[in-house]
Order: sequence, then C-alpha cells, then structure tokens
Amino acid sequence: MTDTAVRTPVTAVTRPDNDRWLTLGFAAPATVVLALLFVLPLALLLVASVAGPAGFSLAEYGRLTTPHYLGVIWNSLRLAVLTTGIAFAIGYPAAFALARARGVVRSALLATLFLPLAASVIVKAFAWTILLRSDGIVNTVLLALGLVDEPIRMIFTETALIVGAVNIFLPFMILPIYAVVAQLDHRLVDAAATLGASPAVAFVRVVVPLTLPGIIAGVALVFSLSVSAYVVPTLLIGERYPTLSTTIAKAFLLARQPAFGAAAGVVLLAITLAAVALSARLGRSGGSR
Amino acid sequence: MTARLAVAFAWLAAVVTVVFLMAPLATVVAASFSPSPVFDLPLDGVSLRWYERIGRLDGFWPALSLSLQIAVLSTAIALVIGTLAAIAIVRGRLPGAEALATALVSPLMMPGLVLGIALLQYFRAIGFTATWSALVLAHLIVTLPYVARTMIAGLALFDFTLVEAARTLGCTYAGAILRVMVPALAPSFLTAGLFSFLASFDNYPVSIFLTDVRTKTLPIKMLQYIEEAPDPTLAALSTLILAATVILLVASDRLIGLHRMAGTAE
Repeated sequence: MTDTAVRTPVTAVTRPDNDRWLTLGFAAPATVVLALLFVLPLALLLVASVAGPAGFSLAEYGRLTTPHYLGVIWNSLRLAVLTTGIAFAIGYPAAFALARARGVVRSALLATLFLPLAASVIVKAFAWTILLRSDGIVNTVLLALGLVDEPIRMIFTETALIVGAVNIFLPFMILPIYAVVAQLDHRLVDAAATLGASPAVAFVRVVVPLTLPGIIAGVALVFSLSVSAYVVPTLLIGERYPTLSTTIAKAFLLARQPAFGAAAGVVLLAITLAAVALSARLGRSGGSR
Repeated sequence: MTARLAVAFAWLAAVVTVVFLMAPLATVVAASFSPSPVFDLPLDGVSLRWYERIGRLDGFWPALSLSLQIAVLSTAIALVIGTLAAIAIVRGRLPGAEALATALVSPLMMPGLVLGIALLQYFRAIGFTATWSALVLAHLIVTLPYVARTMIAGLALFDFTLVEAARTLGCTYAGAILRVMVPALAPSFLTAGLFSFLASFDNYPVSIFLTDVRTKTLPIKMLQYIEEAPDPTLAALSTLILAATVILLVASDRLIGLHRMAGTAE
C-alpha cells in the first residue's frame, strides 16, 4: 500500500482523506450485510442452543451425547471420511493426468469437471437413484459381466450413499490439486532422478510435499462439504442413515425442536470449522518447510 | 518403467473420473426420452411426452420464476457490493482488510443448513416474515463469497498503475476506469456472476428453512416431486436445466476460457 503512495505522489498528497473515506464507503455495504445477515444470526444460533426454559442450559447438548445421537454424529463423520478418502484416491492421480493433458484433451477433461459442478445436486442425486435401482444400469452391467448372479440391492444402502457423495464432491478434490500440480516444476523431479532418486522416492520426497497444499485444500473442502451434505443422504439412503444434517432439518421442519436443532447445528458447524482450521494450520506449516 | 506405470495409472484414474462424473448426467438425459414411465434403459424408442408434461407439474412455473428472480437479484447485489468491497480490500488502506476478506469468503466454508437455521431463527426473532425478501437476503450470503473470492483474486492481479497511465495519456478518471479496468476485470466479473447465479439457483439447504407453503424455489419443488412421484418428467426437467447450464458454460468458455476459470474459481 505504501509503494502506491510513492508511485503516485500527486493523488496521494492531494486526496488522502478523500481516498480514505472512499475506501471505507466501498467496504461498508458488504460489511453491513455480513454483520446483519451472517455474524448476528450465527451469534443468535449459539445463544438459542444454550437457552433453556430457565436461562442458560446445556440440556440440548446433553441430548446429543445419548447413544442414538452419538451414532448420528458418527454417521456424519463416517460419510465424510469415506467420501474424502475415496475422492482422494481417484482425484489425486486424475489431477496429474489433467495437468499433463494438452489441447482438446485438456479442454474436454476440464469440461467434464465443470459440467457436473455446475449441474444441480438434486439432478445428480436423482440420477443415482435411477442408476442404482435393482433393475438399473449398474445391476444390468454387473449381471452381464457375470460379476453377480442376481441383482444386488444398492439404493438406500451405504454403498449408494458413498457412491453418490463421491460423485458429487469429486470435482472439489481434483480442482485444488490440479491447480498445484499444474504449477509443479518438473525439473525438480528430474533433478531428484539425476541425484540418484528412484521414481518412487522422487515421488514421495519431491512430488507429494510440493503438491501438499493442493491435497490439504481438496481434503478439507470435500470433508466439510460431505460432513454437512443433506440432499445426498436424503435421496440415496433416507431414514436408515440419520446424519447431523438430516437431524437438524427434522428438528426444525417436522419436530419443532429449534433449541435441539440449534445445538446440533452448532456441533456440525464446530466439526467443519475444526476441519478448516486444521487444514489452514497444516497448510501454513507445510509452506514454511 | 515405474514412471510409465505411474503415468498409465494417472490416465486410468482420469478415464474413471470422466465416466463416473458423466454417468449421472448421461442417465438423466437418456431417461428423459424414455417412452415408458419407468426408467428402462437401454431405451426402446424415443418419446418427448415427458417434456410436454413439465409445464403441468404442480407449481412448476411459480417455482421456476421465484428461483430465477432470487438468483438474478441476489447475484446482481452481490456483484455490486462484493466488487466494491474487493476494491477496498485490494486497493485501499483499509484497516482490517485481511479480516474482512476472510469473513466475506467464510460462508462458503460452513454448512448451508446451519446458515439456513440461523437465518430462520434470526428472521423470526426480529419479526421479519416476508418470504420473498428473506430469500433474497439469505441468498446474498450464499452468493457474496463467490464474488468476493473471485474479485479479490482478479483485482490482486490487476496493475492499478495502468489507470494512472491512461490518465496521464489524457483519459478522464471515469474514462480510464471504463476503458482500462473494466475490460481487464470482465473475466473475473463474469466468472463471479456465473458461480453466484448457479449457487443461488441450485441452493437447497438455505432456502428450505425460509420458504412457506405457497412460496417454494425450484430445487425444493424438485426434491418434493422426486420424493412424491419420481417419473421421467423430472428427468426431462433436469435435462433442460442441464442444457441451459451447458449453454452458460460454453458461453463463458468462449468469453473467458475454462482454464482461467479453473484458476480463479476452484
């Protein structure tokens, strides 16, 4: 900021107050919107979650520690961990192929990432309900290949849930990793090879550390998206697999237990914030090495 | 040898990704042309009857119109206030600029559902019951992060001395902004607008808590149709939304380039 003042001494000298007020004026509308529609509502949610009939109470959080609701929290975490793990296993190598691709192939690959990203979550989840039906395409293919003897039940199972979640969140894993891999200086890998490193060693010691920021960003993004997914569990597994999200929605839309819903919401928020904070911390320490 | 194997593995993963990501979209398109009410694939014939029935879905037109209004309006407001804030953050000597930048992007990092219930309780507490306005305000928080993120990144790459240069060469201040800054930032602006619009148009978890019986957005209606009576009409509707999305993406690709979008909006 100071170097602009040096480069443009005339404006800086003649209009410093003017500039200052203009800057504050520019920032004001968004700041007010954020304060009134984001910070204040969240603060109120926090208050509502600890407001009992007679003042401060942690009773609603207490309800969340009963075996049933601990199971619900476990379901959310399990969904997020499985989705993130599988998305990483597919997405990490795919990001390398994307970075190597040139011309038409790269455009086509990018398009296949952007189109599903832009397509409605509801549309995609609906498509999986068609694909995974017992007389659906997946079963037809499995039968034709002789991999199964009779149609397997997939819809409304955990398999359907995970397949759908990975499908919907995979682009969020690939894009941040791709952004880093595309910047990767391949001469460093060559240098490692010149210095006697085998390809496997060069990969583990050079490529993985250099792409770590992308990995952290992708993992954090997919984890926080899938831990709070609502449409996917609703359409692909339903009541059999209650998650924090479906519990929150139920508390507000059906059961009319806003205080309990608020407490569950705060727990979900805490989980996602912990993931984000952890990734930011890891990202920083990774960068300083 | 190991290196070649690794490359082959990467390409295998890419092929799996493409097939896997395209599968649901292809399914929806195929099912929409199905002649029978059950989704029999492969198709025995092609029918457009489900497309004719979209308009007759209960409450479809009001829902579509509502979703478009909310998406256009919230995106437009977010583009104006988000871009102004981004200029203040990148250019001005704003106290706490970095904190504001983080705060503007932070709604992206939190569950939409939590934002939805927070706004529901907040609007109730202050006695704000106008559903339409509540939706626009809520979607402002959905769209603003996309604008802030993209515009801050775009402005950070913009060389502001170019504006001064244009003025030295005889442009007025407004003229310099219009002829130098606006064209340079147009790609970021379009990207921000596209992502904001799609985020709002597709939003379910925030809207669900703010709609009432008579005022429902399209995603909420669609989920309701799917849960009540899934038939290929929904596939037809999904195909049309998909087609509109493709047109938007192709247009943005022509204007901006997907590669640049991958860089500016992860």
